[in-house]
Amino acid sequence: MTTIDRLVGAGVDRIDGPAKVRGTAAYAYEQDPGEPIAHLAVVQSTVNRGRITRLDPSRAEAMTGVLAVLTPANAPRLAGDLASDLPVLQSPEVHYQGQVVAAVVAETSEIAKAAVGGVVVEYAAEVPDVVLSADRDDLYAPEKVMAGFDTDSVIGDVDGALAAAAVTVDATYETPAQHNNPIEMHASMARWDGDSLTLWDANQGPHTIVSDLVKGFALEPGQVRVISPYVGGAFGSKAFTHPNQMLAAMAARVVGRTVVFELTRQQMFSLVGHRTPTIQRIRLGADPEGRLTAISHEVVEHTSKISEFAEQTATATRVLYAAANRRTTHRLARLDVPPPTIMRAPGETPGMFALESAMDELAVALGIDPVELRIRNEPAEDPERHVPWSSRHLVECLRTGAERFGWAGRDPRPRMRTEGRWLVGTGVAAATYPTRRRKADCRISVDGRGRYVVEIDGSDIGTGAWTTLSQIAADALGVGLDAVELRIGDSRLPRAGGAGGSTGLASWGSAVVLTARDLRRRLEEQYGGQLPADGLVVDGGVGGESPHAKTHSMHAFGAHFVEVRVDRDTGEVRVPRATSVYDGGTIVNAKTARSQFLGGFSMGISMALHEESQIDARLGHYVNHDLAEYHIATNADIGELDISWLDEPDELANEIGLKGIGEIGITGAAAAVANAYWHATGLRIRDLPITPGKYFRELGLT
Amino acid sequence: MREFRYERADDVDGAVALLAADPDGAFLGGGTNLVDLMKLGVATPDLLVDVRQLTSVEVTGLPDGGLRIGAAVPNADLAADRRVRERFPVLAQALLSGASGQLRNRATTGGNLLQRTRCGYFTDVTKPCNKRAPGSGCGALEGVHRNHAILGQTLDGPGACVATHPSDMAVALVALDAVVQVVGPDGERGIPIRELHRLPDDDPSRDTTLRHGELITAVDVPVLGFASRYRKARERASFAFALVSVAAALRVEDGVVADVRLALGGVAHAPWRATAAEAALRGQPATEEAFGAAADAELAAATPLRDNGFKVPLARNLVVRSLLDLVEVAR
Amino acid sequence: MDTEITLRVDGAAHPLTVDTRTTLLDALRERLRNTSPKKGCDHGQCGACTVLLDGRRVNSCLVLAVTVDDAEVTTSNGLAADGQPHRLHRSFVEHDAFQCGYCTPGQVCSAAGMLAEAQAGWPSHVTADLDAEDVDLTDAEIRERMSGNLCRCAAYANIVPAVAAVAAVEGVRR
Repeated sequence: MTTIDRLVGAGVDRIDGPAKVRGTAAYAYEQDPGEPIAHLAVVQSTVNRGRITRLDPSRAEAMTGVLAVLTPANAPRLAGDLASDLPVLQSPEVHYQGQVVAAVVAETSEIAKAAVGGVVVEYAAEVPDVVLSADRDDLYAPEKVMAGFDTDSVIGDVDGALAAAAVTVDATYETPAQHNNPIEMHASMARWDGDSLTLWDANQGPHTIVSDLVKGFALEPGQVRVISPYVGGAFGSKAFTHPNQMLAAMAARVVGRTVVFELTRQQMFSLVGHRTPTIQRIRLGADPEGRLTAISHEVVEHTSKISEFAEQTATATRVLYAAANRRTTHRLARLDVPPPTIMRAPGETPGMFALESAMDELAVALGIDPVELRIRNEPAEDPERHVPWSSRHLVECLRTGAERFGWAGRDPRPRMRTEGRWLVGTGVAAATYPTRRRKADCRISVDGRGRYVVEIDGSDIGTGAWTTLSQIAADALGVGLDAVELRIGDSRLPRAGGAGGSTGLASWGSAVVLTARDLRRRLEEQYGGQLPADGLVVDGGVGGESPHAKTHSMHAFGAHFVEVRVDRDTGEVRVPRATSVYDGGTIVNAKTARSQFLGGFSMGISMALHEESQIDARLGHYVNHDLAEYHIATNADIGELDISWLDEPDELANEIGLKGIGEIGITGAAAAVANAYWHATGLRIRDLPITPGKYFRELGLT
Repeated sequence: MREFRYERADDVDGAVALLAADPDGAFLGGGTNLVDLMKLGVATPDLLVDVRQLTSVEVTGLPDGGLRIGAAVPNADLAADRRVRERFPVLAQALLSGASGQLRNRATTGGNLLQRTRCGYFTDVTKPCNKRAPGSGCGALEGVHRNHAILGQTLDGPGACVATHPSDMAVALVALDAVVQVVGPDGERGIPIRELHRLPDDDPSRDTTLRHGELITAVDVPVLGFASRYRKARERASFAFALVSVAAALRVEDGVVADVRLALGGVAHAPWRATAAEAALRGQPATEEAFGAAADAELAAATPLRDNGFKVPLARNLVVRSLLDLVEVAR
Repeated sequence: MDTEITLRVDGAAHPLTVDTRTTLLDALRERLRNTSPKKGCDHGQCGACTVLLDGRRVNSCLVLAVTVDDAEVTTSNGLAADGQPHRLHRSFVEHDAFQCGYCTPGQVCSAAGMLAEAQAGWPSHVTADLDAEDVDLTDAEIRERMSGNLCRCAAYANIVPAVAAVAAVEGVRR
């Protein structure tokens, strides 16, 4: 290495910051396609299941400024093998409410939206089946759950251990459907030049979108370019291709010019996925000292009729605590709902609300401090895979957090603290999220003057990748930040996995480091350490999982401590302060990492107190489909956040020693809030969100 | 959005004449609710008459110590007005608890009174709603209705409607016995605000008693002379509609309730003046027990739905707490 | 129905033809290709479209363009005088008061409007003393006054100090 100061770890300001605060960084719809843009608006099904019996576009077609109306009868045929709801306008069958049944393309957005009302659609519909319950007789076990996990895991004799346990908890927890709702709505702008397609698009990984477009339009990969330099939030909904990309490309081909499709906020509730509701029964058995003898976590959740999305809700329960007897199961109901998808920490987020609430209930039943209870059940190795941890510092997170928060001396009894009309309580919960890495290619070129260009199809959906990847590259190349030009968010760049599963920086960063090392080695070996006058280009990358992934269990950890205040007159809840401590391995950028942690944690508060997609059981739709009625936390809902992390690189995880931190913050957060709520009020809310209405319900006043 | 003509008039009479000639026309004030509803296809005017610059943007004093609020006074300006803050804190607090800074800057006094319900069935043109599409049914009655009415609903028949009125400001003005000044094709009239907003009865499509072409020009708030406050419970800390709110004013003499005003928001199709509670309180000792009994007297008529029964104890608690707080203020 | 208007945006006059249905937000984004105000909900529920209209913060998605052809529109980009970033711009970057950046120009405009409101002595929902002459922009005041701008990345805990730093410079935080 040269003598340059290490950039990794520094709190470097975001490279893309100045353009973003002024609004000059161009997101998908804001890119310049080089010609006038036509606008697409969609007609959506008003029934959940059935078929179109009549579709009359004539009134819309006759409107001035309408360029085309696409229907199942006239839309271009897409090639086969498209999953889920991607075969848009290919059949009169309706599988969920909100499905696109026609699309209008017009000169302006005003005309396109008005023309939607000029398309007449009639259906033969069946009664929608949209309500999840644990006693449905059609629940089934999927082959696998998301991310390749086994559907069930059974170790030892759980029922026997529960029957013999000194203390048990048996409780059912529920989380509602939730919607990702990034503030930038999904948008796709398509332009065809001959048989080549350019799509400016809001997504979490351009290459993912390319592969579906290639399939659908029967193209070669080189004929499709997806460009996404800036993405206005995603949280999972922009990970996979949705109908918008297919529709924009289809419509642009039909009208022969650039077409943009920007969803409305209301359409974000049906066309781009959601998090499944869950019903989770947890049973814990422990000895009198609080050592777990049995853990059982049984999950019921939904998927759609046209796709199987099996959220891995109980998988965190497989790693968090020691116990000789353990069981986790996942069962699904196929309902007439839009296809669910991933939403920030799919699996861990709802699953850990249940597990970490149950651990709090167990602590109460045992009369043991909930921090101490967790420490007593710290497993020496992965309790189900029986391999060592690559690194695990949960106990240190708990102890550090307790210290920073001022946990010591807490009266464990509920409803003991008041301030004015506020009931005050504190709660704790653990956090965990898997550490993984994906295959990623990279190209680094240097010119004769020492200017480096680093190219990789990574994405910055708000994570800070523009900045953190530049820091990693500069360190790996032994140069300053200003000598590195990073290029991401374009499928023309070397292939990489998308931003998801907290794998982005682990994968892209490793690829950059390995490619940079190769470049420096070549410079050394072939050019005697001097830059060749006409520069050098090196292609490299990383193959996938860490070589230690099979022999080690790799996870990020954390601990949340929360103070909750509940207005005793209204049941309104506030979270005035919280402390979170994380074991996230190497922290690449102290500034952006802190934002990732506090953003994830704040979304957990939002989940705990606000978020709920309310479905109408008879009419089959999400009724609160806008941001006035689907509440996410406002600024006033977030109090003082004390965010810190341990300085513990994970040498086995990847080339940088980082663990991935985009999702760890939300895991366990809702449980910490619910546990503090119990401590404040004596009321245990086991179904999120914790609303004022439930306060009165628990008091028996409704 | 349906196509429409946009017109400006020279004065109020001109605007009224334009609208009187067009049964499908509407006045445009700040637009924060109307433009929203036009985008949803809920409102489909073929003519918008811009009245924002026709009515007064001033708050002026009335001889009795009350205030006349021009219909075009933005919500933000009204909440910031020194006289409002001093004489009618209930009104300032109600305004400040509603919407967001941006919306309050644009929304007008007249427009605020005419906000339409936030019911999710009303705002979705593909769903049944007797208010938007008379005779189509009430989707909320058996559907998602956590935020809906517990008092004065129409629970069956072609007029079924369980929507609530969304305004905070209107609840305060109802407690203050404001008078709404309007100009219409038949001239001027003053409407006591309690006669402005309607219960659904057999025609939920009509929110108010205004006739087509009538324009709100001002709101008169008579002098109050005693302490008042507004308290709102909601599902997040800011920028959310009320679950239940209370506008209260209380005058206590020698420990006895000499005068009281109570209005509830979030519980009915109209801001709900709690006359039964007021009657039960006058002359009674200003105690928590009496306040609770008064709230019970009002809420005895409540007919909560499957999922909004919590609004009854919530409203009770808010009434009691607001009155107790006012007793404290008076000390 | 097309109408000729002149929009004055960030100091420049733009004659253009709009549909009466065109909102100020769509006029800016789709006609003038001004990317500073963002569309996040199109119904006044998120604040991403916030601009200053004659100096006051408003949701441009709910303002019809035909109604403002006599007004001065300022976007976040327009706050940058002579190409130099506004102190709110610098403070937001320094405090990492955003992540994806999409709601951010709206946050910045909202903060600028909010600071002016505080300087004028306007109270908020959390102001204890409605009769107070001056506003002290405590953290609680900033949170409440900025709650019309949703941030799904939830950078709120950084937005508050970013705005507070500027409030201190401008004398509305003690």
